[in-house]
Amino acid sequence: MTADLILEARQLRKYFPTGASKMLQRPTDVVQAVDDVSFGLRRGSTLAVVGESGCGKSTLGRLLARLIEPTAGTVILDGVDVTAARPKELLALRREIQVVFQDPYACLNPRHSIGQSIGTPIRIQGTMNKTDEKARVRELMALVGLNPEHYNRFPHEFSGGQRQRAGIARALALQPKVIVADEPVSALDVSIQSQILNLMESLQQDFGLSYVFIAHDLAVVRHIADEVAVMYLGKIVETGDTNTVYGSPRHPYTRALLSAVPEPDPKASSRRQRIVLQGDVPSPVNPPSGCRFRTRCPKAQDLCAQVEPPLVDHSGGHLVACHFPD
Amino acid sequence: MLYFVIRRTAFAAVLLLVISAFTFWIFSALPADPAALTCGKNCRPEVIEANRERLGYDRPILEQYGSYMKGIFAGRDYGEEGASIHCSAPSLGYSYDRHECVTTLIAKTLPVTASLAFGAFVLWMFIGIGLGTMAALKRGRWPDRLATGFSVIGVSLPTFFLGLIFTMVFIIWTGLLPFPQYAGITENPGKWFSSLILPWFVLAIVSAATYVRMTRNGMLEVMNEEFVRLGIAKGLPRRRLIVKYVMRAALIPIVTIAGLDFAFLLGGALVTESIFNLPGLGKLTLAAVVNSDLPILVATTLVAAVFIVVANAVVDVLYGYLDPRVRVK
Amino acid sequence: MTDANTIGSPLLSVRDLQVTFGTREGDVRAVQGVSFDVRAGETVGIVGESGSGKSVTANSLMRLNFGADVKITGQVLLEGRDILAMSEEEVRSIRGRDVAMIFQDPLTALNPFYTVGSQIAEAYEIHHPGTPKKQLREIALDSLAKVGIPEPKKRIDQYPHEFSGGMRQRIVIAIALVNSPKLLIADEPTTALDVTVQAQILELIAAMQSEHGSAVILITHDLGVVAEITRRVMVMYAGKVVESASVDDVFATPTHPYTVGLLRSVKSLETQRHSRLEAIPGTPPSLINLPKGCPFHPRCAHAASLGGRCNADEPALQQIGRSETRCHLDAQTLARLGEVRA
Repeated sequence: MTADLILEARQLRKYFPTGASKMLQRPTDVVQAVDDVSFGLRRGSTLAVVGESGCGKSTLGRLLARLIEPTAGTVILDGVDVTAARPKELLALRREIQVVFQDPYACLNPRHSIGQSIGTPIRIQGTMNKTDEKARVRELMALVGLNPEHYNRFPHEFSGGQRQRAGIARALALQPKVIVADEPVSALDVSIQSQILNLMESLQQDFGLSYVFIAHDLAVVRHIADEVAVMYLGKIVETGDTNTVYGSPRHPYTRALLSAVPEPDPKASSRRQRIVLQGDVPSPVNPPSGCRFRTRCPKAQDLCAQVEPPLVDHSGGHLVACHFPD
Repeated sequence: MLYFVIRRTAFAAVLLLVISAFTFWIFSALPADPAALTCGKNCRPEVIEANRERLGYDRPILEQYGSYMKGIFAGRDYGEEGASIHCSAPSLGYSYDRHECVTTLIAKTLPVTASLAFGAFVLWMFIGIGLGTMAALKRGRWPDRLATGFSVIGVSLPTFFLGLIFTMVFIIWTGLLPFPQYAGITENPGKWFSSLILPWFVLAIVSAATYVRMTRNGMLEVMNEEFVRLGIAKGLPRRRLIVKYVMRAALIPIVTIAGLDFAFLLGGALVTESIFNLPGLGKLTLAAVVNSDLPILVATTLVAAVFIVVANAVVDVLYGYLDPRVRVK
Repeated sequence: MTDANTIGSPLLSVRDLQVTFGTREGDVRAVQGVSFDVRAGETVGIVGESGSGKSVTANSLMRLNFGADVKITGQVLLEGRDILAMSEEEVRSIRGRDVAMIFQDPLTALNPFYTVGSQIAEAYEIHHPGTPKKQLREIALDSLAKVGIPEPKKRIDQYPHEFSGGMRQRIVIAIALVNSPKLLIADEPTTALDVTVQAQILELIAAMQSEHGSAVILITHDLGVVAEITRRVMVMYAGKVVESASVDDVFATPTHPYTVGLLRSVKSLETQRHSRLEAIPGTPPSLINLPKGCPFHPRCAHAASLGGRCNADEPALQQIGRSETRCHLDAQTLARLGEVRA
């Protein structure tokens, strides 16, 4: 790939040991939360990572921001290997990549004023004095649509949407290059979601930000993402340009996922052919052999149990991991 | 589940070993000289030295500890050849002060403490859970305030204070009860009961206070849970809802804590037994402290520790039984 | 009490329901004067965002509103009998038998200390006391199979935490339907579930509904879900029903500015990438200090054109075609409100 990548993940893995330990042995079960994930985020664009619960997308987000350490693999931020960075270097690197979380109620310290919360990254980095910091925070508040005069108010005095704006302001405080947004609008009302998405898009335009947008809501993703990666049980099963993936999905899981989204149009709804997957997502502790999706796949065959399908480029950056793609 | 029980038991055994060693070491590090206590007040230094050597107090600690542990399993002889006393297993030592095997002493006093602990336990559970439930169900209204008030007062009252007040009121002023004189339940049930009723209430009130609050808060928390709402939506009658849904959930942590509290009490309620003249483990321990009777102190500490460790293990297993979510598969 | 089995009279009739919670900051007027009917076997959706009063309305139908200081007035007539006027005993006999509820979060809705089989059996036994144990077990097994739990014989004695979210929701549905209730209230039944599981659950609800003949009231904020399985929709905002229409009409020709705004901010799979999303400006009002007049007027684009009417008078109910709406705009404007849609 010769494209200008601001963020790159190479063979990322994150395994969690789990399960009961018998007698004096160590726990033997391993949750393969993220298994051999690679992708690139182009500068100034938005990559969405979608999947259902247990697919590993949140873990992936944390790995990218180095909130947790990978079991294997590397993360490359603007040419620098983040995973090999020493603690001192890490502090500087954290300026480049910031996170916005899902729950606007849990992400702000209820005992700190909004101004204090937003200014926290600046204080940690120690780059400004108090006056400058306050000024910068007020500037950020105005940028995200909050009234700067509410600097001293507390989180409980704000609505969910406003708190999420504060979270975004905080993420912008250090002028990062990449923002990892983990379900930033899922907890918000529909009409507020649009406001926040519009905000994120205009900020991206104005500041040249790149987003990794983690979500389960496919309709939201359709709107905001340039590229999308579909995850299932720790692996990327399909990835590519959003229009392509949504328009001609080639992995059976992607097709099922797209067909499951309820369409806000009663006429289209009754016409649509829905693919309803049987069964539940298998446990990530001992994933199925070969292709992990085979236990629910309508097309599964013997080969699928024996050999794990690799991510193959089908045309112009549209990668699919399936032995029998559509 | 079986693995869990085995592991827990093994762990408890190891823990007891460590505790015994630690206890032994701590008491041997005390300034009190066990040899000096062997022959009364006007003892000549030569006699003390001779006793020290004779009784083995000059041996290295580890050897003393070893002999002590052996004594627990195989019995032991105390004193010198020819004039020695044999304490059969489990021998927890010999009190020179009282001229008795410690194990015998403990065997005599433990039933008293057990009677006290058990009665108090039953009482405090009834009072605590009963008042706590009432407070939770009538939240904000006068029964709640009454129960909470009781809880605050009960927690603030020291046992000796309550004990003395009760003695004054029930024995001295009104004469409703005789001066407590303990008798075994098999010998004289009436006396047994009358000697225990006041100390039961003293202990129960102080403990119940905490349980009132725990029960109240636990139940209020559970009442807000979704599954309770579903129970209501099913049309469950109120009583069944409260017992099967609310109490079942709220009482689990309370019951497990109660087990630990009970075990603690078994180690001896020093103050209460003294005030009410009950010849239990607590009184024995207190006397031993006053007289610096080390063998007894080591033994009672160890016995109390055994109760707590065992209770802990039992409570762990019990919790797994009561709460399906905690069960190890 | 009239005989409500005559053809034409609705199964459920809500008249002027008002629910107010007293709090330290003041009275929270969660529901103000909601009225609607539900016919037997019908599927009705109540759509709204947080604070709209939809959940409070649903809870009121079974008198599940708890709290120290709750005032409920109005009528909730189930086959002619007013639930709000019943004694505790009578309400309890209705809950779980004539009216049943499915909750939002399957992870917390089931009692963690009892097996799923016993919980389903309990739902039946409450209203059929004295049923022998063997029969109860059969009923529970049957219920589990009907809602699609694989290996019911093995799973009947398992505990809720041994099931996944989707399975638990199925069990909740089994519990709700074991007595074949006439009315099923589903409060955000799929919000906490993954999309693929959501599809399964919606299908299940529809299937169960046709088998038992129950009417369904579906509470949700997801317009996609509404389009999937409801026939009629009520849109709620700040404690009032602002629009009531058939599902086709509400999407094709919405007749209230809030509905229009809502539809425009919904993202679908057809949304163009990076297009500017329509957003309703501002935030929902506080239910303690409601704006005077129409609750939506501070956020409404049309308020300016009506002089001061919107913040003075509450709008009356208007009939536009087959829809009903509460808005001061004239009928002609309302009929064409949705036309500016992209």
